[in-house]
Amino acid sequence: MYLQDLIFTLQKFWADRGCVVEQPVDVEVGAGTFHPATFLRVLGPEPWNAAFAQFCRRPGDGRYGENPNRAGGYYQFQVGLKPSPLHVQDLYLDSLRALGLDPAAHDIRFVEDDWESPTLGAWGLGWEVWCDGMEVTQFTYFQQAGGIDLMPVTAELTYGIERIAMYLQGVDNMYDLQWDKNVTYGQLRKPWEVEYSTYQFEELDAKIAFANFDTFEGECKRLLARAAGPLVLPAYEFAMKASHAFNCLDARGAISVTERQRFIGRVRGMAKACAETYVASRANLGFPLLPKHLQAQAVEAYRASSEAGVNASALAAARSVAAHALEITHAG
Amino acid sequence: MPADLLFEIGCEEIPAKMLTRQLLDLPGFVEQRLAAARLEHKGVRALGTPRRLTVIVKQLADRQPDLNEEVVGPPVSAAFAPDGTLTKAGQGFAAKNGVAPESLAKKEVAGKKGQYVVAVRNVVGQDTRGLLPGMLSELAASITWPKSQRWGWSETTFVRPVQWLVALFGGEVVPLTWAGQTSSRISRGHRFLSPGPVEITSADAYIDALRAAHVVVDPEARKDLVRAELKRLESATGLRVRPDEPLVAEVIHLGEYPVGISGEFDPSFLEIPEEIIVTSMRTHQRYFAMEHPDGKLANRFATLMGTVVKDPLVVQQGNQKVIASRLSDGKFFVSEDRKKSFDAWNEKLDAVVFQAKLGDKAKTIGHKVRRIEKIATAVATFASLDPAGIDLVKQAARVCKADLASHAVGEFPELQGVMGRHYAKDFGYAPEIAAAIDEHWWPKGQGAALPITPAGAILALADRMDTIVGCFAVGLEPSGSADPFGLRRAAIGIWQILLSRPDWSTLWTPLFAATRDALSEHGVTVKDPTALETFFRARLRGIFTDQGIPAQDADAALAQDFRDPVDARARALACAKISKEAREVFKRVANILDDARAKKLTIGDKADVTKFVADVERTLHGAVVEAQSQEIEARGKRDYPRVFEQLEQLRPVVAAFFDKGGVMVMDPDPSLRDNRLALLNWFVQPYLSIADFRLLTGAA
Repeated sequence: MYLQDLIFTLQKFWADRGCVVEQPVDVEVGAGTFHPATFLRVLGPEPWNAAFAQFCRRPGDGRYGENPNRAGGYYQFQVGLKPSPLHVQDLYLDSLRALGLDPAAHDIRFVEDDWESPTLGAWGLGWEVWCDGMEVTQFTYFQQAGGIDLMPVTAELTYGIERIAMYLQGVDNMYDLQWDKNVTYGQLRKPWEVEYSTYQFEELDAKIAFANFDTFEGECKRLLARAAGPLVLPAYEFAMKASHAFNCLDARGAISVTERQRFIGRVRGMAKACAETYVASRANLGFPLLPKHLQAQAVEAYRASSEAGVNASALAAARSVAAHALEITHAG
Repeated sequence: MPADLLFEIGCEEIPAKMLTRQLLDLPGFVEQRLAAARLEHKGVRALGTPRRLTVIVKQLADRQPDLNEEVVGPPVSAAFAPDGTLTKAGQGFAAKNGVAPESLAKKEVAGKKGQYVVAVRNVVGQDTRGLLPGMLSELAASITWPKSQRWGWSETTFVRPVQWLVALFGGEVVPLTWAGQTSSRISRGHRFLSPGPVEITSADAYIDALRAAHVVVDPEARKDLVRAELKRLESATGLRVRPDEPLVAEVIHLGEYPVGISGEFDPSFLEIPEEIIVTSMRTHQRYFAMEHPDGKLANRFATLMGTVVKDPLVVQQGNQKVIASRLSDGKFFVSEDRKKSFDAWNEKLDAVVFQAKLGDKAKTIGHKVRRIEKIATAVATFASLDPAGIDLVKQAARVCKADLASHAVGEFPELQGVMGRHYAKDFGYAPEIAAAIDEHWWPKGQGAALPITPAGAILALADRMDTIVGCFAVGLEPSGSADPFGLRRAAIGIWQILLSRPDWSTLWTPLFAATRDALSEHGVTVKDPTALETFFRARLRGIFTDQGIPAQDADAALAQDFRDPVDARARALACAKISKEAREVFKRVANILDDARAKKLTIGDKADVTKFVADVERTLHGAVVEAQSQEIEARGKRDYPRVFEQLEQLRPVVAAFFDKGGVMVMDPDPSLRDNRLALLNWFVQPYLSIADFRLLTGAA
């Protein structure tokens, strides 16, 4: 299976099960979780089912295109199912079958692996899914994001598509993968890996990156505090950009151990502020993704407990509609 | 009729370590709840796999016994007003116990004065069948996990989402709803091999019904199966599986139906240090290492699948691919590491925080390494190492933490020291230095090996003492059961090392002093050493009592001094030699002296023989002089039992001193009194310095 067919197959599989096939976010991110389709959509009472491939940048993992398994840029295929369906494991296993990984022929196991992102103030419980000893997917039930308790809970599936493709194509080096019948992954990606590794490790100007971080953080804060009302979506883009600036500085070795914690705290501060503002903005819009007949009661419940803070209001809004769970769209 | 109860919670994959813990805790937890519900039974058993947690209660009573009990309430005077009507307190008591106010009786109660109000409660025992739905829901909700989660819209939290419930009492379904699931007799089989429903007729039939559906629900049976599978792989390959019980305990919970499989990796990887291979296979992949009959690591591994597959070769090849890439990583780390040097890594350690609270002049691992060098050098001098030996300690100290900055240790923290030893050899350091780097982390746990080389032992002492004293100085001492920095373990390590080297038994004092000096140069001062001394004393006491020394003997010996652990142990052991009678007599002497001190009398440490008036005084003096001359050699050899033998021989003489025909110590004549006190003091002090008799009671 060509790598692009793998993406097509997963898109079709999840589209058939009620997912919006989103497109990658056009801002640098370290993981699909940063995509607003995940990080923001998991908040609040509204249902959301989405699937998308995301190019991810991990500057510290850059190896000048010389490591067969590790690179500074790679793809994740991410699925978010909110609320998490009770049969989500079965859905997931069907998606593996669709890729040609039949559990009757392979040793598929769910091995504990809890997930935590200190920069996003987020955590969840779940597994890494092993296929014949190889981790092919990170499977997480999100419990908290931006410091906000999540209800309903989102199940997030993150497929490591290069790895799966390497397995399916029987190659040992990711650059030898066939993207389609004519072009290899190496032909597509290697020049970028070489140049970006060189840039990250040798040319990146830490002064500029530090200044960028400050600028992005400043813009994020300014937009959230805007007198005429916050602009949370642009603010969150600046939070993503700040997070990437931090990753670059970290990879460059420009941040000391003690400073590191402080920078993580600053990114988390932005993520938290964006998350809270986002939930409030969805309430202002009337939680439009809820079925029409449930929107008013959710908004009312949200407002009724607004004094207790966004976390409590978000839970109250969710609880006010939880009894109607069956009327709310879900994947499967 | 009593009947068996079966309760199965079907669940998505439970983490292995949490399942292990839960299977241990659950039976006791269930027994407690059954006892609270007054339900008798013949035992509780917990079973489980990653996908289910099950309790079986044997022969559970079918109803609670009736309850006839008297509940004692407030005094009559408080329950009844003078006019004979019930007060608020009286009414409240009747209501709380659910009895009519007029049924309250008045009674005398044993051990209490006056009359009390008594309610007689007759509670008719309830049917177990009626109680179980509530009990089982509450039980499920009360099971605690280190981490639990919600899912979907659920308010319930559990270790992972709950998928089904089976609840049967005597073969009948116990109807209940919990976590969005309703109980039935339908369990589920293996996720892939028998995905359909499995009907459970009774608790007795449970294990076999699941077994037929490819689920080995009894963890012990799964363990047997895992062992048998490993054996099978051994005979198929002609190799041995390296024993690894913790890994066995984990892998039995990674699947419901374990099937062994073996694979190989390129023999060229065997050039990497063996520990990297074994650790990489173990931590990343849960593979067992395999070895040749001569103990040499083989280029093979054994592992367990969670299912039966069409063609095991496919799974084997998949696993081989994974481990090849893991080992390539390991090989890469090692080859990159070999291009570096200890000096380069040490520079990095200047930026790695060991303990932030120590302050900017002391907090990094670089700072710690410099302190270790100072402390270790001082201690080496006291340990009478020759100049070459001292120099070796110095050199080893400088590089003892360097490997912490290596790729390999970054990837596998448990290989700290081990990799240092390998790299020291690669970098051309002396073998003694290589050994010291590794050994300075020893002992790595209870019962683990102690450092073999003197340099390793000295670094181990210096490193641990630095951690302990530093943490105490900035208020990070352990409290209660919390010991986040492992200070108790560190102190025990220090004592174990000192106890294992009798020549070094007096090193604690210079070690402690050198550590305080080194820390104080880094701006960290210990204001009051008392807390540290108490802490060290308590750890040594723990070691002694673990070795079977009676607690009071350990206390008596340690009350005098703890700094020399070999001497302290010899003194504690010697206490066993003192007879019950001798303990009584010498305690009496010590008490007389204590009383005199309490009266602010000045007690000399030598008697004036010219002031003796009674024979018993002269006899005692003579006997003690004789005993002391006999003891000199024994004391020199720390042969405290022999010293105490002398003491035992003195016992009749001392007894005679006090008995009829003896003298009165507290004589009205101050001169006689003081001389007698001085005599006793002179005699008893040398023995008290061995063990404080005042702490010894009863039989030896």
